[in-house]
Amino acid sequence: MTAPISPAATGSAPATTAPGHAEDFRSLSRGRLVLRRFLRKRLAVVGLAVLVALFLLAFAGPALSKWGYASQDFAAFNQPPSAEHWFGTTQIGQDVYAQTMRGLQKSLVIGLLVAVFSTGIAAIVGSCAGYFGGWVDRVLMWLVDLLLVLPSFLIIAIASPRFRGKSWLLFVALLAGFGWMVTARIVRGLTLSLREREFVQAARLMGVPSGVIILRHLLPNMSSLLIIDATISVGGAILAETGLSYFGFGVQPPDVSLGTLIADGTPSALTFPWQFHFAAGLLIITVLAASAVGDGLRDALDPNIACERAR
Amino acid sequence: MGKFLLRRLTNYLVLVLLATSVGYFLAALSLNPRANFEERNPPPPPAVVDQQLYELNLNDKTPIVQRFSTWISGVAQGDFGKTIGGESVAVEMRRRMGVSLRLLLLGSIIGGVIGVLAGVVSAVKQYTLTDYSLTLVSFVILATPVFLLAVLLKVGGLSVNQALGTTIFYYTGEYTPGLTGPWWQLAVDRIQHLILPTLAVVLPGVAFYSRYQRNAMLDVLGSDFLRTAQAKGLTSRRAVLKHGLRTALIPMATFFAYQFGLLLIGATFTEKIFAWHGMGEWFVDSVTTNDVNVVAAVTLFAAVLVLVAGLLADLAYAALDPRVRIR
Repeated sequence: MTAPISPAATGSAPATTAPGHAEDFRSLSRGRLVLRRFLRKRLAVVGLAVLVALFLLAFAGPALSKWGYASQDFAAFNQPPSAEHWFGTTQIGQDVYAQTMRGLQKSLVIGLLVAVFSTGIAAIVGSCAGYFGGWVDRVLMWLVDLLLVLPSFLIIAIASPRFRGKSWLLFVALLAGFGWMVTARIVRGLTLSLREREFVQAARLMGVPSGVIILRHLLPNMSSLLIIDATISVGGAILAETGLSYFGFGVQPPDVSLGTLIADGTPSALTFPWQFHFAAGLLIITVLAASAVGDGLRDALDPNIACERAR
Repeated sequence: MGKFLLRRLTNYLVLVLLATSVGYFLAALSLNPRANFEERNPPPPPAVVDQQLYELNLNDKTPIVQRFSTWISGVAQGDFGKTIGGESVAVEMRRRMGVSLRLLLLGSIIGGVIGVLAGVVSAVKQYTLTDYSLTLVSFVILATPVFLLAVLLKVGGLSVNQALGTTIFYYTGEYTPGLTGPWWQLAVDRIQHLILPTLAVVLPGVAFYSRYQRNAMLDVLGSDFLRTAQAKGLTSRRAVLKHGLRTALIPMATFFAYQFGLLLIGATFTEKIFAWHGMGEWFVDSVTTNDVNVVAAVTLFAAVLVLVAGLLADLAYAALDPRVRIR
């Protein structure tokens, strides 16, 4: 049933999977094209390498040190970096290296999860609003307007006492639940033009249910946009998470994120700079790398923009 | 045009009302003012706690809809209820609003103007050293969360002070308490306090606007009408500024509305870190002290500001794009 539109539908799919399916020649070529365009962007490749390195560091790094993020060394308080404590120690003898790695881990994971979930919500809401039109459209877009009026920071901060002591996944859900609105608008706009296209009308006339049309025909045709959006929102999600955690509205102790670490290190930024600068530097590098990858991916997946930007 | 704005205004008013209601219900459900009283030492008798909560309209034994209707009818008459300490929210809010608005106005105007200029320079001098350095700087600033930027500015100001041996930058509060002297000395004191917090609000705005303005400007620079303007004898500077910039500013109007929410959050961090007693600082403190009425009042303030920004963006859009006016 979907045969006539499969080239369009699968055309952009390989970007999600690794370009290694030799049996599917068409997708391979598209995947390779995107890969080649991406690799041409030096900055994006560097960003990707940095991001991968950060992930490796965050997950393998803690194993290299004998200190855990919660353990304390009662023989070393406020010590500068040394062979024993690579990034120094805090006021109560915690190892800054172990803490920073743990915080980096948390911030990266939260950033990625929030980006994926919020883009997912945006895709579903936006495509439903655009495809069904009528009152569904009106109600959903109205919800978007309402949520855009209330800055998500305020909402999550107000709700934070409720999830104190509960799983950090709840925090992820909140961040994702209030971060999808702008993308949903864009997805809706794309859906409005896509739903008038022949292959969607053909599917509708053949009696394909609306849900299937959205999932199989509409969303795959926007996969470029969705991938780009998810990548770009990683940086934004990390910024939102660290900002909330800085005030104690996000990741709760004893767990740490880069935001809580920076908050803890702020009072001693001048006297014991190692408690502050490692976390701060890693945060900036992470967000920079994520946005470089996002920009590169946008140019690679969307040749129209790339052409416009070329000299 | 008038009809268009009127329709937007009605739409915005409904949204403000709804946003405030959502804010109130969320705060009333999530925060627990009772804990403030019960944690006192020695713990007051439950009846006293109930009575005090009841007087503040914070008692969780009163149905939430009833509390809300009491609150909203008070708001309609300009009474925002009482803080958890029993003071009037409206009085405190008037003082704090001035502090926040000063920061926000300076932040959005200076940030917008410098950002647009930087974007134009960056686009006109595309692929030169100026362009690359502006791009690099704005990317780094955009990757730095506002709280980190504020802390770094504070640390930087402190090191400058230490290096010079005198205090140039102040980083706590709005003015030196108890300072007396001629008016210009007080003014200088205020400016010294203003520099670092304003920078913390302005810099992200500059970075944000310059990126978008650069892209919008690049689109315009390659367009036919600009070539025509030059062909009819305008100097390229005049053509770019009179014809190009105006067109490229149109999308900025939309970004202004969108960015204002971020600015508001940024100002919250800035106020808290530089100990400015504004709305943002109040919000953060009230969430930790379970002060429902204050949280709801700040939510209202935020919603109104975001929508005023939206309305201003609509006006700017109409001023820049004649097609909107005709409709």
